[in-house]
Amino acid sequence: MRLGSGGRRPDGGSAVAESPVAAGGRGLWARLSGSYLMEREGVLGGALLLPAVLYLVAVVGYPLVLSFLYAFSDVTTGSQALHLVGLQTFERAIRDPVFLQALRNTFVFTAVSQALVIVLSTALAFVLNADFRGKWFVRMIVLMPWATPVAISSVVWLWMLDSIFSPFDWFARVFGLLGPGDHIVFLGRSGLAMASVIGLQTWRVLPLATVILMAGLSAIPRDLTEAAEVDGAGFWRRLFEITAPLLAPVMMVALLFGIVFTFTDMAVVFVLTGGGPGNATQVLASWAFYKGINGGNLSVGAADALFMFPVLLGLAAIMLRFASRAEVG
Amino acid sequence: MAVVETRGLRKRFGDTVAVDGIDLLTGEGEYLVLLGPSGCGKTTLLRLIAGLESPSEGDVLIGGRAVTSLPPRARRIAMVFQSYALYPHKSVSRNIAFPLAAAGVPKDEWRQRIHWAASLLGIEHLLDRKPRELSGGERQRVALARAMVREPEVFLLDEPLSNLDAKLRATARDELKQFQQRIGTTTVYVTHDQTEAMGLGERIAVLEHGRIQQIGSPREIYEDPANAFVATFVGAPPMNLLQRNGMLVGFRPEHFLPESAAGGRAGLQRLSFKVGRVEYLGSDRYVYGRVPEVDPEAKVVAKLPSTVPDVVPSGETVPFVVPLDALRFFDRDTGVRKPPPPGPIA
Amino acid sequence: MAATAVRPGRVWNRVGIYTGAFVFSVLCGFPFLWAVITTFKQDADLYNPNHNPFTFTRGATLSNITDLFETTPYLHFIVNSVVIGIIVVGITLLLSLPAAYALARLSGSWGRRLGIGIFMVYLVPPTLLFLPLSRLITVLGLQDSIWSLVVVYPGFTIPLSTWLLMGFFRSIPRDIEEQARVDGYSRLQAVIRTVLPLTLPGIFSVVVFSFTLTMQDFIYALSFVSSSSRMTISVGVPTYLIRGDVFYWQSLMASAVIVAIPVAFLYNAFLDRFIQGFAMGAVKG
Repeated sequence: MRLGSGGRRPDGGSAVAESPVAAGGRGLWARLSGSYLMEREGVLGGALLLPAVLYLVAVVGYPLVLSFLYAFSDVTTGSQALHLVGLQTFERAIRDPVFLQALRNTFVFTAVSQALVIVLSTALAFVLNADFRGKWFVRMIVLMPWATPVAISSVVWLWMLDSIFSPFDWFARVFGLLGPGDHIVFLGRSGLAMASVIGLQTWRVLPLATVILMAGLSAIPRDLTEAAEVDGAGFWRRLFEITAPLLAPVMMVALLFGIVFTFTDMAVVFVLTGGGPGNATQVLASWAFYKGINGGNLSVGAADALFMFPVLLGLAAIMLRFASRAEVG
Repeated sequence: MAVVETRGLRKRFGDTVAVDGIDLLTGEGEYLVLLGPSGCGKTTLLRLIAGLESPSEGDVLIGGRAVTSLPPRARRIAMVFQSYALYPHKSVSRNIAFPLAAAGVPKDEWRQRIHWAASLLGIEHLLDRKPRELSGGERQRVALARAMVREPEVFLLDEPLSNLDAKLRATARDELKQFQQRIGTTTVYVTHDQTEAMGLGERIAVLEHGRIQQIGSPREIYEDPANAFVATFVGAPPMNLLQRNGMLVGFRPEHFLPESAAGGRAGLQRLSFKVGRVEYLGSDRYVYGRVPEVDPEAKVVAKLPSTVPDVVPSGETVPFVVPLDALRFFDRDTGVRKPPPPGPIA
Repeated sequence: MAATAVRPGRVWNRVGIYTGAFVFSVLCGFPFLWAVITTFKQDADLYNPNHNPFTFTRGATLSNITDLFETTPYLHFIVNSVVIGIIVVGITLLLSLPAAYALARLSGSWGRRLGIGIFMVYLVPPTLLFLPLSRLITVLGLQDSIWSLVVVYPGFTIPLSTWLLMGFFRSIPRDIEEQARVDGYSRLQAVIRTVLPLTLPGIFSVVVFSFTLTMQDFIYALSFVSSSSRMTISVGVPTYLIRGDVFYWQSLMASAVIVAIPVAFLYNAFLDRFIQGFAMGAVKG
C-alpha cells in the first residue's frame, strides 16, 4: 500500500482478514445466513417464500379444498366419516326454500348497498379531497364505521334501531309523524329489516370505498384539470370529461372490494336481525352458518357457502384483468 | 492490492447477452476505465466483478484467486455506486464504520480508521451529519471514504461523477485521480463520459455490445482506434469516416485544415471541402460540410482552432488538407482497422 | 388567478364542501354519538320514551362503565383480543417479511404473478372456510381455545401484509443493500441491517393494520370459541353480553365505544401510509 502524506495508516491496522463467514459463524442462524448457498437468488427466494406459502396452503388452500369435499359428501359435526354422495348435498341445499330466499337476499343486499356506496363515496371523496377547516376531524369520523369491528358497530345499530327507544322514534314524534305510544319497528318487518341491514352495510363499507377513491383522485395530475380550466371548461365539464374517465378504474376497484366484502359477509345480518324476521334477511353466509355450525350439518352448510364461489371467481377474474392491465400500462 | 482478471466472461439476461465473452487483465494498482455507451454491458461487467451478478459462463479472478462462486463480501473489493448508496439512516461516521463492523474489526480501532479515511478525503467535519444533510460532492467523498476504510484489494467505481453538476465534475475528477495515485489500489472505473475516461484511465477498455472493442492507453485509443466504432465513439466531434473503394477512410476533425493554414508541408492529402455551416465555440470553430469527390453522402466536420484565420465562407468549396499519417482505414463491412492502401484516396 | 376569492362559483363550491362535510359527518358519526350518550345515561332517564334522548334529564353516570368491567367478562374479552392480536401480528411479520422481500427483489415475472396470487388469498372469504376449519380445529384439539384463532387469523393477515410490505420494499433502492453486500455482509445480513431499518415505518403500519384486522373477525371466533372466558371482543359483546332477556344497553354501548375510539384513532393515524403501501404494491419493481 502506497500512501501519501495525508494517508498514514493507523497502527495495527492490518489489512482486514476476511473469513468466508464474515460475522463469525456461531449458531445455526449465523451459519445459515452466512452460507454461500443462501446468496443464490433462487435458493434464497424459495427459502424466504416457502414458510408463508405453506402457511397459506394449510389454513386457506386446504380448507378451501375441504369445503368442496364437504359439499359433495354427507359429513356432519357428529360423524367423523366422510362419504362422497355426489350432487345429493347440493340438491338438499337447493330444495330448502330458505336457500332460494337467502340467495335472492344476498344479491339484493349486495347490489343495493354497493350502488349506494359508490354514489355516496364519490361525493364524499370529492369533499375530503378539498381543503377545509376541521378536515382531519371529519376524516376521522368518516373512517370510524370501517375501523370499528363489524360485530361491535352492529350492536350499536341494534340499539339505534331499537323497537321502543330508537332515537328515530323520538325524531318522528317531534315532527308529528308518529303518535305517542307508536313505534317504528325497524327490525321486525321484512321490508324495513332488509333496509336496515342494507343501511348498516352501506354505512360500513362507505369509508373503504372513499379511501380508495381519494387515492385515485389525488393521483390525477393537477395540471390536467388546471389546463382544462385555462381552456375554459367549467366545473361539470371538467368533472365528466377529465376526472370521471380517469377515476373510473379506481371506482371499479372500490366496487370490486365492496362487493367481495358484502357478498360474503354474515356478521351484519347475524347480529342485527339473525336472518329474521322469518328468513327475510337471511343471506348465504349466515344461512351456511346456521346450517353448518348451529345445525351441525357441515356438508349442507358447505354447499350453501359454495354458491358464493362462482361470483367470487368472476370477481377475481376481473381483478386479475385489472392487475395485468396495470402491469402493461 | 491485486490484479483483476476475467476469463471468457459471459452474462445473459433472458435472450439478451449483456456481457459477451470478455477477457480482461488489469495491472497491479492500475487505473482501468471501462468506457462505452449506455447498454454496452460495462456496468454489468463491473457487477460481475463485484459478485452482484453471477456469470452465465466464465470466471472472475481477483489477485489470482478464482472468486466466481464467492459472494461480494468474500472478494475483498469495495464499490462506489452511481447513487453513492449512503445508508440514509446512519450518520457519516456510522456509514464509514459499516464495512469495519462486517469485517470484525475491533471497536476500539474504528475511531482511528474512520479518522484516517475521513482525513484522506477531507470530510472530518462531516462525521456527525446524516447523508441527507450533505451536498453531492460531499456524498461522493463519504462513499469513497467508506469504500477505502477497510483497505480493499480492488476499487470498483460505477459512474461516480455522473450525479455531480458539470462544474463540480472537473474538480472531482482531479481529486479522484490524486486520491487513487496516493493509495495506489487497483481500480476499475465505469463511465460513459470519454473526458473522464481519458483524464483518469491509465488504460481504457472500450465496450460495445458486451464485447471489448479495444483496450489500451488513452493515446492508443484516440490515435489508433482498433475499429470504426472506437473511432467514432471516442473523440468529440467524432472521427470523420468516408466511404471509398470498399474501405472507410477516417481522420480526426482537428487534422482537417484549410490548405492555406497548413503552410505547404509535405505528405498532405488534398480534399475539396464543401462548407455547410460554421459553429463558433470560442477556442474552436466546428465547420460542417461534405467532401463530394470522395463520398457525397458522409457528413464531415473540421475543428479549427481560433488561431487559424477565418477563411471558410458557408456554401463554398474550399481546398482542405489532411496529413497522410493522420488517415486511418477500416473495413467497410466489419469496421476493422486496415493498413493504408497504396496510392492517393482522391 | 387574482379573482379566485371573489368568484361566485368558488363561494358555492365552499358552501357545498362544508355542507357535504357536515352531512357525511352526521351520517357516519351518528351511531357513535348515540352510543356515547347512551353510555352515560341512568336507567330511568334512558328507558323513558318521552325524554329527549340527546339530553341528560337525570344527570350523567359512570356506573355503566364500572358495571361493565366488574360484573361482566368484558376485561377477559379485551385481554383475549389483545393477546391474540399480538401473537398473530408476530406470526404475520415472521412469515410475510421474508416473503414480501423475496417477491419484491428475488423473483422476476413469476414473482409478480405469485404476489398477485398471494393477494388473491386475501379475497377468499372466511365464510367459505369456517366450516372445514371448525372441523380441523377440533381434530387439532384447539376447539374453544384462543389458539384456534391464533392459528387461523394469519390466513388473512399474511396476504394483506405481504402485499403492503412488498410495496414498501420496492420503494427502497436496490443500491443500498448491494452496497451492504459489497461492504462485507451476506445477503440476509444486508437486508436486516439496511433494508429493514429503512422499511420500519412501513412495518409499523402493517403491524397496526394486521392488529385491527384480527379485531374485525367475527365468524371464526363465533364458530370456534364457546366459553365466555375465551371470547374476543367481537364475539363476546354481541353474543355473551346480549344474551338473556334483559339488555344492559348502556354497558353494551360503553363496550362498543371503548373499542371503537382507540381503534379508529390508530387506523386514522396510519391510513395515509396504508394507501401508499397499497398503491406501491401495484407498482412494477
